[in-house]
Order: sequence, then structure tokens, then C-alpha cells
Amino acid sequence: MSGSFRRLISGRNTAVLLASLGAGTMATGAFLNENSSLAAETKRKLYPPSSDFPDLRKHNNCMAAALTPAVYAKLRDKLTPNNWTLDQCIQTGVDNPGHPFIKTVGCVAGDEESYEVFAELFDPVIKDRHNGYDPRTMTHPTDLDASKIKHGMFDENYVLSSRVRTGRSIRGLSLPPACSRAERREVERVVVTALAGLKGDLAGHYYSLGDMTDKEQQQLIDDHFLFDKPVSPLLTCAFMARDWPDARGIWHNNDKTFLIWINEEDHTRVISMEKGGNMKRVFERFCNGLKQVEHLIQERGWEFMWNERLGYILTCPSNLGTGLRAGVHVRLPKLSKDPRFSKILDNLRLQKRGTGGVDTAATGDTFDISNLDRLGKSEVELVQLVINGVNYLIECEKKLEKGQDITVPAPLVMFKK
Amino acid sequence: MPFGNTHNKFKMNYSAEQEYPDLSQHNNHMAKVLTLELYSKLRDKETPSGFTLDDVIQTGVDNPGHPFIMTVGCVAGDEETYDVFKDLMDPVIEDRHGGYKPSDKHKTDLNAENLQGGDDLDPNYVLSSRVRTGRSIRGFCLPPHCSRGERRAIEQLSIEALDSLEGDLKGKYYALKNMTEEEQQQLIDDHFLFDKPVSPLLLASGMARDWPDARGIWHNDNKTFLVWVNEEDHLRVISMQKGGNMREVFTRFCTGLTKIEDLFKNRGHEFMWNEHLGYVLTCPSNLGTGLRAGVHVKLPNLSKHEKFGDILKRLRLQKRGTGGVDTAAVGGVFDISNADRLGFSEVELVQMVVDGVNLLVNMEKRLEGGEDIEDMMPEQK
Repeated sequence: MSGSFRRLISGRNTAVLLASLGAGTMATGAFLNENSSLAAETKRKLYPPSSDFPDLRKHNNCMAAALTPAVYAKLRDKLTPNNWTLDQCIQTGVDNPGHPFIKTVGCVAGDEESYEVFAELFDPVIKDRHNGYDPRTMTHPTDLDASKIKHGMFDENYVLSSRVRTGRSIRGLSLPPACSRAERREVERVVVTALAGLKGDLAGHYYSLGDMTDKEQQQLIDDHFLFDKPVSPLLTCAFMARDWPDARGIWHNNDKTFLIWINEEDHTRVISMEKGGNMKRVFERFCNGLKQVEHLIQERGWEFMWNERLGYILTCPSNLGTGLRAGVHVRLPKLSKDPRFSKILDNLRLQKRGTGGVDTAATGDTFDISNLDRLGKSEVELVQLVINGVNYLIECEKKLEKGQDITVPAPLVMFKK
Repeated sequence: MPFGNTHNKFKMNYSAEQEYPDLSQHNNHMAKVLTLELYSKLRDKETPSGFTLDDVIQTGVDNPGHPFIMTVGCVAGDEETYDVFKDLMDPVIEDRHGGYKPSDKHKTDLNAENLQGGDDLDPNYVLSSRVRTGRSIRGFCLPPHCSRGERRAIEQLSIEALDSLEGDLKGKYYALKNMTEEEQQQLIDDHFLFDKPVSPLLLASGMARDWPDARGIWHNDNKTFLVWVNEEDHLRVISMQKGGNMREVFTRFCTGLTKIEDLFKNRGHEFMWNEHLGYVLTCPSNLGTGLRAGVHVKLPNLSKHEKFGDILKRLRLQKRGTGGVDTAAVGGVFDISNADRLGFSEVELVQMVVDGVNLLVNMEKRLEGGEDIEDMMPEQK
């Protein structure tokens, strides 16, 4: 603990100490009254950054790897225009040391400006998480032209369902960790108003979490659409579950193929899904739906948070860029038992999850297979990558069925440097 | 620690109606009191350390409560919270503490000599006796709001003070983040270890941030005097032992507390206290004495009697399971303690427990003998 700090907590002469820390006469005056509490600003100076620096020795997340005492000291007293602080960005990473084998991100943005004001933390975190992507020098391609997709129809003997999801944030409103109730309600209002303008196969209905009937709730559960108050401490420690279920809800089209979550981990999560293997159609609906929603909010003077360095801005740095996870539920009984399975997935830049989603285990032989990457490749590129990869996995499965051997493909290159 | 952009006049760009929480499903003291008008009046205020109305009420917004149990639903982030937000806190306090008014004065009495009897609760029934309270160090923010630097300063001050205790109070500090597996197991076996809170009531207020940084347990070598540092309050002070000698437990409690207070004063610090609210703690439910004096007592027959609840109410006692708050009784053994915290002194509350438990045990003996207890029914205290 720094010397001046020890003097502070054991000495009586706080006025002198304050003066030595440059707190000024106003604060000194406040201190002469022993019973008064500390003003926030003078407190910052009384507790130097070194005394507030978190103990990250047992931590294994991207934030802990990037946050040095020097970076902390530089950024601790900065504020975004919405008064969001570094401590608030990193609270989730301080509270959740992580797992020796799984490296979580450990920080969140409270608003669009967080990524700028706290760039000295977020840039290395982004590099770490996104394969060396450097926001200072690189640009992210956005491409929602689904007509470019090739071979987007899977063998339905293997692929049971196809799904594409992403998130979108409404520019000018704080993100879920930081938003006030009024802002969150404003996000809901803006999005629900826009969605009411969707027509044809996209026409649908909004179900507010707080107002839905038991029957509606059961239907949404049966359709696997309902989201619950987060229980993961990664999310709750990032303040995103405040005021639950106020201004949270689920919108879906009548066909139940296009679904939007409002005010869960992001302002919106947009999901296109179908049973079966028609990934191309799923992606077409995804792009079409997104474009229409964007148009509808623009008509009312709103836009999505986006810039060419980071692509679409979302709460968690892991979802920057496309925010896109395109995946299938696919049966791979033989391949999943082959010792080369993990390596094949790695080289194809795919990840496996259980069919309950992140943090679940696979049941039986059915896996959720999706893209690992989010930033640095466009939506079209990532969906094509998943299509090519899953087709390859199915080829492997078929070969193994016939007793033939399979080969591990060469690793895909992430960025053209 | 601010939640969201709560320290920000930016929120004033939205109307009070737009920001006002939906409390229509809620059943806690805060929700009963916080009308839209009151929210409007208080929402642009903050304490000198920057704690705002939304910070105060977040836990009550996030935890609607239970139809049968009335939780408090608000917390203080510093001593000034009770003043800056008195228009909310005063009615909550009045409701929670039996009609205690803003003009009332609270008596503090930590002179154990003033207790009558209490050294001979029947050990065939009374298995253990315990007294706990909390203390906050003036000048520091409370657990929902403190920064890591402040929390560490509180820990450091506490360690220095506690290290100076002597005689039967001499003991050792175990920092939660440094303890060995062996130490941890011992503390668990002694029922001393506290864990990271899991109750959403506590988590939603921000008090579990940075766990386990600057949290720890101190206890004397005899294992009869225990201090929790930086759990729900700056300090929780506990005196306990097996058997029914509540008097001895309370005497040690008072001696220990007084010594600790002196040690802090010698270092230029005092406890948060005033003559209206007594000792100031994080939760309004613990104001005044912050004192819970209780026993684990076997009442298998009495607990099945239809008037058990009513008897406890008249004696101003409450029952809990032997795991503490939110647990159920096991094997007819109950945790019986005072229901009040504010408006009665420490001595008065412990007296109520001593006298009340004596009566309960006598009732149990009667019922064991097959006789009834009608003539023993107490008056409402």
C-alpha cells in the first residue's frame, strides 16, 4: 500500500494530507468538520488509483490480462458523456475471476463512447479476443447481401435446424449495464414501434415480459423463445439485470421464424431460425428483416450504433463487428467421437456447444455448431464459412459411416494482413 | 458505487414519470412509501459521496418481495443517506420499527451490569446463546457504495484495532482471500465462516462487489468473540457460546464492543451514531442497536401449540430456523431472538430475550408434563 495512503488512514491531520494531495482549500474546509463525509471528488484524490486497483492475481479474463496499474491510473477518473466509469466497465471482470480453461472477456461497455474513452483497455481486449484485430489500424467489413451465399442448403438427414443471431444497439441511448429505467423504456418504445411496421411474412406481435399472460408465457417457453432474468454472474455483476422485468420483451413474427429480444444483454438481439437445413433462407430473412427494421427506425430519426473500426457496437466486446453467430443443430454421432473432431472444428473456425446454447453440454450426438469469430469478417463471409464448414463436417460423418478415412482441413486464415 | 448513469444529471432530461420504477407487483417497505411525487422530489438529490435515490432503492426495485414477508427494499450508501433521503427513510423506519417517529430519541445502553439474571437459562433446553450487532466507521461509505480503496482502508483499520485486543479477547484475523484450505475448513466447522452473499436482496444493492477483496473474519482464541469485516456492514460483532449463560455472552459483547470503540477512537475514528437513529448501519432494519440476541432452544411441544406465534409476538420475539434468517427449524430446535432493534436499548432487548426464553422453557416443561399453559400467557410487551 502506498506510503501516503497509510498516513491517510492512521493520521489525524487530514487537512494537511489533503493539501499535499492537491485537493484544494474547499475540500480542506470540508475536512475541518470531523463529522462530514467525503465529497466524491476529494475522495478520488484521497484514494489514489493504486489503492483502488483491483486484485487480479487469480483472474483469467481478457480485462485482467490488459489492465495494468498504469492503465488503471490513467483511466480511473475519466467519464464518458453519460458518466460511465472504468470501474463500472470492469466490475464484472473483477467479480468473476474466470476459469483456467475458458477465457471470458471481463469488461462491458456502458455506452458507445466507452470504447473510445477507455480505448487503452478495450483495444488490447479486442485484440486478444478477436485474433489480433487492431481497432486503431483496421476496418471491419459489413455485408448483409444474402444473395452472395452459395450452397446454403444442408443435408437434412444431419442438420435439424438452422439459426442466425446478432444484436443491434440504438445510438444515443445507454447500453444495458448503464441505462436508466427511462432510457430502457425508450429503447423498448423505439424498437416496438418500428417492429409494428413490419409486414407480410415478417408481421408479428410483441410480448412484454412484465405483462404477458401465463398462457402466452407457456407458449413462448414451448417455442423456445422465452428468455429469463439472467442468472449468470457474468451478466448480473455487469448490472444488466436491474429493474427486471421492466421494459424487457420478446417480439416474433406470426410464422415464428424471426424473433427479437428487447433489453436482455443488448438493446436488441435479432434471431432468424427454422427447422431443417435451409441456412440460405434463414440468412435471407435475417438480412431482409434487419434492413427493414433499420429503415423503420431511421424514418423516426434513430440509427444503430456502428462505426467502421468496430462494426456494430454491442455491450460485450466479444460481440463487436457482426455480432453474428450462425449455427446449426447437427447430428454427428461418428465424427464427434473421432479424436480429430476438435482440431477439425478449430481449423474451420467453428465452435461446438450443447443444444441448450452457451454453457450447456451436448445431449446425445447432436451439437450446436457455429462460427467462432465475430469481428474482422463480414456477415456474408461468416455465414459462408459456417456453410462450408458444416458441409465439410457432414462429408466427414458420411465417410466415417462408410468406413472411409477423413482428413483434417488446413486452418483457415483470419485476416489478410 | 453508482448503478448505471445514476450519478448523472443526464437522467433529469427524462421526466419523473419516465424514470419512476414500476412497483405495482411489489411488497416491501420502500414500495409502500415511494410514490411518484416522492420520487420526483428526491431524484435529483445525492449525498456528498454521490449516492443517489436510485442507488438507495435498486435492491427494492429488483426484489418485489414476498406476499407474506415484508422486506425493507432500500439501503444506505453512507451516513448521510438517512438525512438526504429522510423523506423516504423516515416513513420506512417508522413502518419497520413499530411506529418510531422522526422526533424520537434512541437509548444506547451497553452496561451489562444493568441486565437482571440471564446466567441460568436451562441448558437442557437452551443449547447456545448469541448476541450480534453491527458497527460502521464514520467517514467511510457503506458496503453498497464503497470503492475498493475505502473497503481496504476499513479492513486495515479494523485489523489494527482488533490486533490490540488482549486477555480473553486476544485473537487473529483471517482474510477471506488469503486463508488456507485448513483455516477455511476450521472456520466452517466452527460455524464462523461467511460466504459471498447469494441472497438477491444483498446482491442487488452492490455489496458483493469485488468479493473477496478486503473481507475477513477475526475471532478470539477462545472462539467466543467474532468480528466479520466488510460483509453486509463494515463490522458485524458477535459474542456466542454453548449453553444458556446469556449474561456472560452479553457481558463479553459489551466489554468487547467498548474496547473496540476505544481502539478506533485512539486512531481518530468513531462509529456512526446519532441520538435519533442510534448506530447507523447499511440496512434500515438494523438501526438503533443493530442487536439480535438469541438462543437455540428446544421447544418441540410448544412450537406445535396453536398459540406459539401469538406468544412470541407478545414477548416481542421472533423465531428462525437454526441456519439463521430464511431457514426452517430442524428437530424442534428454534432460533429465538428479539424482534426489535430501534427504540429499545441493548440491555432492554437482551432482558426481553432472557425473560421471554425463560417463560418459553417453562411453558415447554408444562406441556411435556401434559398440562396446559393458559395461565402462563404473557401480556403484550
